[in-house]
Amino acid sequence: MSTLSEPRTALPTGTWQIDPVHSTIEFSVKHMVVANFRGGFDAFDVTVDEAGIRGTVEVASVRVSEPNLTGHLLAPDFFDAERHPQLSFSSAAITVSGDELIVDGELTLKGVTKSVAIKGTVSGPVTSFDGSSRLGVELETIIDRTAYGLDWNAPLPTGGFAVGNDVKLHAELELVLAEEA
Amino acid sequence: MEILGIAGSLRSGSVNAQLLQLAALTLPGGVEFAVWEGLDEIPPFDEDTEEIPSVAVAGLRSAVAGADAVLIATPEYNGSIPGTLKNALDWGSRPGATNVFRGKPVAVIGASPGAFGGVWAHEETRKILGIMGARVVGAGFSLGKAPDRLAAPDNELLGQMREVVETLVSEATARTQAA
Repeated sequence: MSTLSEPRTALPTGTWQIDPVHSTIEFSVKHMVVANFRGGFDAFDVTVDEAGIRGTVEVASVRVSEPNLTGHLLAPDFFDAERHPQLSFSSAAITVSGDELIVDGELTLKGVTKSVAIKGTVSGPVTSFDGSSRLGVELETIIDRTAYGLDWNAPLPTGGFAVGNDVKLHAELELVLAEEA
Repeated sequence: MEILGIAGSLRSGSVNAQLLQLAALTLPGGVEFAVWEGLDEIPPFDEDTEEIPSVAVAGLRSAVAGADAVLIATPEYNGSIPGTLKNALDWGSRPGATNVFRGKPVAVIGASPGAFGGVWAHEETRKILGIMGARVVGAGFSLGKAPDRLAAPDNELLGQMREVVETLVSEATARTQAA
C-alpha cells in the first residue's frame, strides 16, 4: 500500500539497492501436467534508479529440493551454467499507476535476449530501524522457456510432458536507498 | 586436443569398436584419438561401496577427465543401451555436481547389423548423458547393416564421422577458450 496521498506515477527517486536477505527470486513450472514445481535463486543483484530496473542472477545459485535435479538444471539440457553463468534483466519502460507497475524490458537467459512484459507492485518507501529508506517491489511474468533454449522434456505415458514450457518468474524485492556520496 | 572413444560392446570384433576406429581416419591436424578399453573391468555400481577405491573406475574417470571430448559408440540390446555401458556411465556420473562428464562435449554414434543402427539405444544414451550434465552435441548417427558398411567404408560414412569429429573439436575448442 502506498503511503502517498496522491497516486504515484513514478518510482521514488534515488538509487535503490537490493537487500538480498529479505528478497527472493523464484520460478514455478508445471510438473507432470498437474502440479506446480517451485525453485529459486540464492544469488542475485537488483538496482532501481533513474535508468530503471536492472538485475542479474547467478545461475549456479539455482535452488531446488533435489541435488541431482540441481545438477541437471545447471547442465546444457537446461541453463548451461558453464557457458551462461548469469541471466539478466534490464527495463526499457516503466509505467507506474499508484501501486501498480508495468515494466517492459529485455530478459537475457542462456544467451538469448527477448522482450518481456512484467506486472508488479511497488510499496513504500518506509523508514527502517536503522534509519534507512526501504522500498518494496514485487514483479511477476511468464516466459516460454523453450524460446530461450531450455528445451529438455520427457513425454508421459498417456500424453503430455513432464515439464511445462511456461515458467512463471516471481521476484519479491526489498531495496535500500543508497546514501548519496 | 584429445578425443576419447568408448565402445559399449565387449565382444572382440564388435562393430561398434570398428566404427570407433573410423574416427581415427577423420581427425583434423592436432587432434589425437584414444580408445578407453576398461569397460569389462567396471564393477556394478553400488552406493554402499561407492567410496571404496576402484582402479577400473578411477581409470575411466581419469581417461574422461583428460580428454577434451568423448565419442561413444553404443550397440542396442533389447531396444536399449547395454547394461555394461550404462553401469560405467552411472559411475562416471558421480559425484553429480563435479562428475568428469559435466560440460564435456560428447557425441553418440552406434552400429548394428539391423536396418536401423540402434536408434533407440542412441537416443537413450543421449538422454543419460544430458542428465549427467554432459554437452551432448547434435551430430551423431546410427549405422545400420554395419558389417557390410564397415567392410568397405564409403565416403558417405566417412563424411558422417568427419562431421561428428569436427563438431566435437569445435565444441571442445569453445570450451577451452571460455575457460
